[in-house]
Amino acid sequence: MHSESLKILLVVGALAAIAVVVPNTNSFLILLATRALAFAILVMSVDILLGYTGLPSLGQAAYLGVGAYMTAILATKYQFGLGYDFWLVVVFGILGGAALAAVFGLLAIRASGVYFLMITLALGQCVWGLAYRWNSLTGGDNGINLRERPKFGLDLSNEVTFFYVVFACFAVSLLLMYTLVRSPFGRSLAGIRERELRMKILGYNTWLHKYIAFIIAGAFGGLSGVLWAHTAGIVSPENVVLTTSVDALLMAVLGGAGTLIGGVIGSFIVFGLREYLSTIVPWWQYVLGIVYILTILYLPTGLMGIPERIRQRRASAQRRNDAKKLAPAAS
Amino acid sequence: MNWNFWIIQTFNGVSYGALLFLVGSGLSLIFGVMRIVNLSHGSYFLLGGYVALTVIWTTGSWLLAIPVAALTIALLGLAMERVFLRPLGFDPLRQVLLTVGFAFLFQQAALDIWTGNNFDINPPDALTKSIVVGGVYLPLYRVFMIGTALAIGVVLWLAMEKTRMGAAVRATVDDAQMARGVGVDTSRISMFIFALGAFLAALGGVIGGAFLGIYPGLDFEILPLAFAVVIIGGMGSLGGAAIGALLVGLADNFGKALFPEISYFTLYAPMALILAVKPTGLFGRE
Amino acid sequence: MKDTLLRRLGPALLGGCFAFSFTVGAKSEELRIGYLAPTTGIFAQVGKDMVDGFRMYLEERKNKLGGADIKFIVEDEQGKPDTAVTKAKKLILQDKVHMIVGGLLASTGYALAPVSTSEKVLYVNPIAAADDLTQRDFAKYPFHVRTGWTSSQPSHPFGQWACEQGYKRIVAVGADYAFGYEVVGGFQRAFEACGGQIVQKIWPPLGTKDFGPYIPTIRADADAIFSLMVGPMSLQFPKQLSGAGNKKPVIGGGTSYDEFVLPAMGDEVLGHVSALQYSAALDTPKNAAFVKAYRTKYGKVPSYYSESNYTTAQMIEAVMAQNKGKFPGAETFIKQLVALKVDAVRGPVSFDDMRNPVHNIYVKKVEKKQMFGYNKPELWNTVIKTYPNVGQFGQFKKDEFLKTPVYNRDFPPCKFCK
Repeated sequence: MHSESLKILLVVGALAAIAVVVPNTNSFLILLATRALAFAILVMSVDILLGYTGLPSLGQAAYLGVGAYMTAILATKYQFGLGYDFWLVVVFGILGGAALAAVFGLLAIRASGVYFLMITLALGQCVWGLAYRWNSLTGGDNGINLRERPKFGLDLSNEVTFFYVVFACFAVSLLLMYTLVRSPFGRSLAGIRERELRMKILGYNTWLHKYIAFIIAGAFGGLSGVLWAHTAGIVSPENVVLTTSVDALLMAVLGGAGTLIGGVIGSFIVFGLREYLSTIVPWWQYVLGIVYILTILYLPTGLMGIPERIRQRRASAQRRNDAKKLAPAAS
Repeated sequence: MNWNFWIIQTFNGVSYGALLFLVGSGLSLIFGVMRIVNLSHGSYFLLGGYVALTVIWTTGSWLLAIPVAALTIALLGLAMERVFLRPLGFDPLRQVLLTVGFAFLFQQAALDIWTGNNFDINPPDALTKSIVVGGVYLPLYRVFMIGTALAIGVVLWLAMEKTRMGAAVRATVDDAQMARGVGVDTSRISMFIFALGAFLAALGGVIGGAFLGIYPGLDFEILPLAFAVVIIGGMGSLGGAAIGALLVGLADNFGKALFPEISYFTLYAPMALILAVKPTGLFGRE
Repeated sequence: MKDTLLRRLGPALLGGCFAFSFTVGAKSEELRIGYLAPTTGIFAQVGKDMVDGFRMYLEERKNKLGGADIKFIVEDEQGKPDTAVTKAKKLILQDKVHMIVGGLLASTGYALAPVSTSEKVLYVNPIAAADDLTQRDFAKYPFHVRTGWTSSQPSHPFGQWACEQGYKRIVAVGADYAFGYEVVGGFQRAFEACGGQIVQKIWPPLGTKDFGPYIPTIRADADAIFSLMVGPMSLQFPKQLSGAGNKKPVIGGGTSYDEFVLPAMGDEVLGHVSALQYSAALDTPKNAAFVKAYRTKYGKVPSYYSESNYTTAQMIEAVMAQNKGKFPGAETFIKQLVALKVDAVRGPVSFDDMRNPVHNIYVKKVEKKQMFGYNKPELWNTVIKTYPNVGQFGQFKKDEFLKTPVYNRDFPPCKFCK
């Protein structure tokens, strides 16, 4: 497992670099990086479903929405979660996401492939519909403004402090999800992705496996929502709209499904394009569209697949060379 | 809440359903034949409206705008299918994602060509009047929408049931491999259906543009509704799309009128339930 | 846009890895104004009027306000509060602007004001009419100053006007968001205070185009309909209302018949009455000149969105002139701004002690006629009554007013709804 530990080392190094470099840039970049990290948790949760279980979810924004609305409603209506109880809200967000996924999963898990895509879309739209029209709870179109960030020894209204908090949550999520996918449970998920029927024959309860994966993904979605609410300072139906779910799915694919870290790269690239490039050039969306299309056409394994492709190409070149060398000797 | 209320609301719901039928039937056929979940379908709707606007601005003719817009977008769909989707072969997920990529490109292109303004497509004056039936005012334009959807529906049905091409399409929907086996050129069928789907969506855009307006973002607003139609009706079924559209139109209308706070929930929750019980929709076949 | 593009591209390409601070040279001072308006989406037309109004004043002054060179940076807020917050942070953190100006929707105003507080940046607000920014939450937003209006400000005198017309029972149809609640709420308070009854409130979502589901629910036993529409809703509602055979008189909030949409309307709106602090048909020499200049430049009649921003630029100029072109810091700037007595296009404007303008409210009727020497009969918002120097609390006492909650979906309660 030499290459695996090398990979881990690389990822840890890159994350450490982010943690050191970002706080020293200008505050707009800090804000963007915070957003990208908070959203990356959602993207990784999509990857648990898409990359490791083979279930393409087009409604993941629903869980972000639950976490975010929960945070906003608790903070504005009950002044809850603005001190140490922020961590309680984090727990509630995780539980809320998991609970919603537990309900939705009952409906969705039976389906697979594009049918799963459709049913998660429908479920996501249910949540959007409530956020948009259930005015007395969600404020409808107005959204909910969070006037302040939590303070508990740490003052999260400081952008750098808040960045570190989000970063820590992100790092822990990454670690947990990584452990999950490397565990026997994660391996059986991969088995289901490859050959569900065989797993069934081997005696696995594939429905239950998928259901649990779905709930776990929902839980991380809820966490991402809690962080997102405080990052953005406003929660609105825009956060649970179809395009947000589409974004999460695309980011996962862009970076490379089934790699976890690919989703993080996807998240950073898309946020960079959308919120940074868009302030510089008016045609940023062409870049985004073309990046997606090229990736899907030419890099089915996403950006994380590039090293592998290079290695394969080298290996085949090597084989050809070896063959050439061997050929004269044989004759 | 008297009789008038129910009559008018039903009429409104049916006319909205008529519009949704145009968008949904194409989406449904595309799915049935190619198993592609086309997320750029909303873009076809929006682009259809924009092209129609250009035609109206240059020629002043609304009647001309309808076929020109629909055919232009049909060509666009055809090109997309040939150049990008077909080469991917049968890979539904990548195809879905590809259509999203295109939706983003179309969004930006529309913004560059037609600016970010909100436009209305103004139909001829004759269609903006209302007729009064038994004290109930029925806007003529809505009657026109119902008429158009009916006409298109009948033509599509005849084409599917009574022509060789239609038979080939139905065979492909049922089992593409088998169809190929008996000599159906499924590649040509796919191309044709994709173009037809784009044609119908664009037609919907021109007709719907008169009362929804044409503006950036409309593409992703109409898309979930189109999906609701397809999902409820069953994917790949024309009759299903008609019934789905009618149900969605009525659910949307009565939901907004009677339960405003949960109006969209009343639309999407039944959709999710139907899918959970029957993943292929009410009239879809496995 | 083009010239700023290069300037912005340069540093950005460096990756923005280090924060660069502007050192202002010995020549004239630079005032950086970050402007937020929806330039895409359903509110793009309104956004254009906002930017054009502000820009027209800048161009008349050769891009100098009170001695300062203006760097005017426009960002698209898409008519969405959360986008507005992101863009505002970009303007503040990246472009280091001295002030944020703009924001269309009341909900956007409510979202931007906290940003101004947390970032300690001046927020000059010409359009977003969210009541509480200058009412109950006034103390929370020390960096916010309003140059436009509060949503309910025109509604207070207008409710009284409706009583005087003899209306007894009115149905309110309003866009379902903060601004809608406040305009309708102000009207309801005033109308019911003089004996009227609001018998039904209908809230179609913001951006509704198809009023099919809502129009048939309007109660038949009402004397009149009060509508509050925004953006493209304004055009569709009267059209579909008349298509559904409505015979009741229609009155409404100012944005329902504002000039941004009036030219696109048909004869179905003739006789409709609304109230606002501006009308393009205001018969004063100052306004006549403004309308003609604006129309020559942009090919359309100015709307209240144009006027409010034009006047805002005028106010910024007055303050900058007092400081000889040097930005005095947000607190001083606000103090000086609210002390101004401005002779604006809309009429005389002063400020109350909660940083909100006091100005005339005009009751306006849509008529087809010729104005200002234009030779074609067009739709104009003819002023039929002027309420002079109206403050945000109107005929009500400030202290009592502030004790009641901000207008919302359920306040004032609909006592006469069945």
